[in-house]
Amino acid sequence: MPRFPKPPEGSWTEHYPELGTAPVSYEDSTSAEFYERERRAVFKRVWLNVGRVEQVPRVGSYFTKQLDVLNTSLIIVRDRDDRIRAFHNVCRHRGNRLVYVDDPRGETSGSCRQFACKYHGWRYGLDGSLAFVQQEDEFFDLDKTQAGLVPAHCDVWAGFIFINVAPEPEQSLREFLGPMITNLEGYPFERMTSRFAYRTSIRSNWKIFMDAFQEFYHAPIVHAGQSPEAYAKAAREAGFEAPHYRIEGPHRLVSTAGIRFWELPDEMVKPMEPITRGGLFGPWDAAELGELPVGVNPAKCDPWGLDSFQLFPNFTILIWSQGWYLTYHYWPTSHHTHVFEGNVYFMPPRSPRQRIAQEMSAVTFKEFALQDANTLQATQLGIESGYVDTFYLSDQEILCRHLHHEVAKWVEQYESSAVGVR
Amino acid sequence: MAMLPAEFAGLEPFAPAWCLASEPERLAKRMSSTMTEMQAFYDAIVPRAEEAIAHLDTFSLDALPAEEEHLLHLVYSMIQVSFPVECWRQPNVPDTGSATFDCVVEPVP
Repeated sequence: MPRFPKPPEGSWTEHYPELGTAPVSYEDSTSAEFYERERRAVFKRVWLNVGRVEQVPRVGSYFTKQLDVLNTSLIIVRDRDDRIRAFHNVCRHRGNRLVYVDDPRGETSGSCRQFACKYHGWRYGLDGSLAFVQQEDEFFDLDKTQAGLVPAHCDVWAGFIFINVAPEPEQSLREFLGPMITNLEGYPFERMTSRFAYRTSIRSNWKIFMDAFQEFYHAPIVHAGQSPEAYAKAAREAGFEAPHYRIEGPHRLVSTAGIRFWELPDEMVKPMEPITRGGLFGPWDAAELGELPVGVNPAKCDPWGLDSFQLFPNFTILIWSQGWYLTYHYWPTSHHTHVFEGNVYFMPPRSPRQRIAQEMSAVTFKEFALQDANTLQATQLGIESGYVDTFYLSDQEILCRHLHHEVAKWVEQYESSAVGVR
Repeated sequence: MAMLPAEFAGLEPFAPAWCLASEPERLAKRMSSTMTEMQAFYDAIVPRAEEAIAHLDTFSLDALPAEEEHLLHLVYSMIQVSFPVECWRQPNVPDTGSATFDCVVEPVP
């Protein structure tokens, strides 16, 4: 008997009949050939989040983003009109990587008035225009107005900076996000500036890690050791059920029920949690955020724990009921490797006590993420062996099913519309 | 030369090793310590933790004197070692042999 009501069809999965209920293949996560198709059909056509406006606070602030999946590095910069723009990080002269420090494949950030190439000194304005050519009169028919940095489409929603490298995006950013996501407008993302950022290389396909963080069926098992035995046993026996799943266009949401750790008996929590008043769900004393936008906890779950919004293809915004949020990015580097970035955002602490609760919450997040990261590498090895070719997904794994379904759909649609076009 | 506020002189033996300003330093110290070392630090600081947090709370976070900043870092290290001590019985998270997750940005202090 489910703890939370399911849709009238009997399950969340059957509520979205295009998903089917059959076992699935993970060939989309083991094939180098499919990865190349995915890059063309998904990543080179879609809006991708590359950061937040707080990373470019002033005119001239910039950062670079190495995006192997697009075979490029981008410069994200705030120009003199206060507009945030994106340019391919390539000098127009002879193609040198324009902005880097030490390692041309590394990422960097800073502030400047112009970008100067380290090779022959060509300089570009913050709007990408070619401003200076060393020994300009030595060149032939060089029209500087035609030799600015090559832009990528760049737009901002709720302080999140998105880029799109398609020649002409098929949808505006807002259309692409759709109401389930844009209804988050008004959440105080811009006030949550106390940030912890984590990064690692993972030996798995990017979708395999997305899957790990878009179902919580694994939580009572993988993470059992993070809790005292009394809690772990209760969690294992209860299993995991989410009160709400939602799929809208290419994006998806899971909301979970809350746990009031601070009301649990001592034997159910780690000693460090009452000491610091923090833990996995965040600081025990919730941040005062005022009224939240309608998009947060849209099914009005009570008690409510978190909303995990999975933005297609590779970006997650996870909003906790305790008044903080996480973002995840999964950046493919090959068919079986990716770079994972996790960011933890809190309201600026008003006291050392609040800061300590945030520290405990961030460290706990990292301990959990390490367990997940290692599991993925084990999964990739298993699915790559090729001896098992179909896998079983439960109703609590509906979002995993949807991600793979959606990627396949984008690839099919692109390839059928691009017949004869290279 | 004392590193900590006078009230916390009893924790001075742990201060040189564990008053570390950044997460990567604290993590490296955790990974290179024995369980005996971490248990001793944990057992010494946990009974004083509430007192330490209450003491720190009489200061503003952006104007901590050096001794208080050291104490804050010691509290961060207490959090760092609590996972091996309370959960893992070893420095690293079990079954995470090939995984890392580097902290590249963190709030200061």
